[in-house]
Amino acid sequence: MIELLQFDFMRRALIAALLVGLVAPAIGTFMVQRRLALLGDGIGHVALTGVALGFLTGTAPVLTAVLVSVLGAVAIELVRARGRTSGDVALALLFYGGIAGGVLLISLAPGGSNATLTSYLFGSISSVPVEDVWVIGLLAAAVLGVLVVFGRELYVLSQDEEVARASGLPVRFLSLLIAVTAALTVVIAMRVVGLLLVSALMVVPVATSQQLTRGFTSTMLLSMLFGMISTVGGLTSSFYVEVPPGAVIVIVALTGFVLALGLGRFIRRSRPQESTP
Amino acid sequence: MTSSKTVFTMSGGRVNLDRRPVLRGIDLSVEPGEAVAVLGANGSGKSTLIRALLGLIPLSGGETLLYDRPPARFREWWRIGYVPQRLSVGGGVPTTIREIVASGRIARQRRLRPTSAADREATGRALAAVGLAHRASDPVQALSGGQQQRVLIARALAGEPDTFVMDEPTAGVDSESQKLLAETLSVLVEQGKTVLLVAHELGPLEPLITRAVVLRDGYVCHDGPPPHAVGTHALPGHDHVHPHAEEEPVSPLDWRPIS
Repeated sequence: MIELLQFDFMRRALIAALLVGLVAPAIGTFMVQRRLALLGDGIGHVALTGVALGFLTGTAPVLTAVLVSVLGAVAIELVRARGRTSGDVALALLFYGGIAGGVLLISLAPGGSNATLTSYLFGSISSVPVEDVWVIGLLAAAVLGVLVVFGRELYVLSQDEEVARASGLPVRFLSLLIAVTAALTVVIAMRVVGLLLVSALMVVPVATSQQLTRGFTSTMLLSMLFGMISTVGGLTSSFYVEVPPGAVIVIVALTGFVLALGLGRFIRRSRPQESTP
Repeated sequence: MTSSKTVFTMSGGRVNLDRRPVLRGIDLSVEPGEAVAVLGANGSGKSTLIRALLGLIPLSGGETLLYDRPPARFREWWRIGYVPQRLSVGGGVPTTIREIVASGRIARQRRLRPTSAADREATGRALAAVGLAHRASDPVQALSGGQQQRVLIARALAGEPDTFVMDEPTAGVDSESQKLLAETLSVLVEQGKTVLLVAHELGPLEPLITRAVVLRDGYVCHDGPPPHAVGTHALPGHDHVHPHAEEEPVSPLDWRPIS
């Protein structure tokens, strides 16, 4: 483990991995509770168009990805709030539009090809430049800041939208806040696990920790721990074995889920039976 | 705490859901301290009415006021404690009873201000009032329907509102929880709180209700004292098919051959 830190690129990668592991499950907890587990996937696909747009216009792909995925997230949220039935269809349309737009734009970009997109689709954490680490750090701080300031309100919203409204909470603003925060998280996680696997880091650690916990806050905190274990563990093992880090991170997270599933059964069985009158 | 402002005032209230008229012109006002039950058959628009009164569903005609203000411009939401019909379990992230009940304080809390001692005390009192203090750190998902209903009522209690709005608090709830609910509500009514609840049948709540509003096909067809004793049997739309009590009770043991 120590020899990893001798390499500059590895230090940067570890910082990025820790931040992503910390932030993605935190916002993911609210998304899972609101039944928006696939929102991250939708935004991830849209972000691909943003990345391609960056190459086309000669801007940093991370910044254009932020811009486009925030717009996409807002669009998804507005469609979800407006239409009662077509939410999943709207999400599907954005999936296809995002991928098609990305492939189309990158082919127009000078010297761009689908291979350029591959590092964004599947992640390339070991080649994260210093500027990207700064962007990831700032975005992670923004996401955590949102959760600290609005956490209580987001909790009420994710439990019951009508109760939130009858408590005078700004429901539309808070819903958009979740969508935008999710979009920022997708862009952060894009470099680490890739756009196609982004959602895994938002959903799998939450699914893992809810096998073991009884409360919302404890689920969120434990999922953040699991997220960091997955990203750092996956990254470290990919340093020793020649495998893509993004995939290993997700496999580590899924292995954790399977273990927690068994452990959770065991804990519930050994707990004294609660009387339910 | 209680003010002289009328709590709810709806005049000519109309609501369409999916282009189907559900409320067709409702005039209703509720004064502070009243305990009003909205009764009616399934599909008569009871839940729609209370949600429209709170501004959760937009009116397609008429107007409604919450403490003399349109819901969109109402700011004193801490005065309202809304108890929905069901706990929405959502994506199934576990959450403890205490977390749910404590979230009832939200309308009294400020952003960036941490949870205060007063918040914690109110949460504790609300948990005790519904008899769930000993289970506060259990996940709500492990509770029965009646107990979950008690959690939702505790959430409203924790906010210490002036007015309680409850959607079918007795539906699918065991009789023990119903009695507990009646006790809790009668204390609130004695304290001068306003209660507006939707019910299919009143059951143990009957003694504390001061006024019944009966809906039928989107109109108010009765507004006055609750239909005592006869209970739901007197309601319009009730299918009166079972034998009357005066008739001879018939059981298999009563059977005798006609000789």
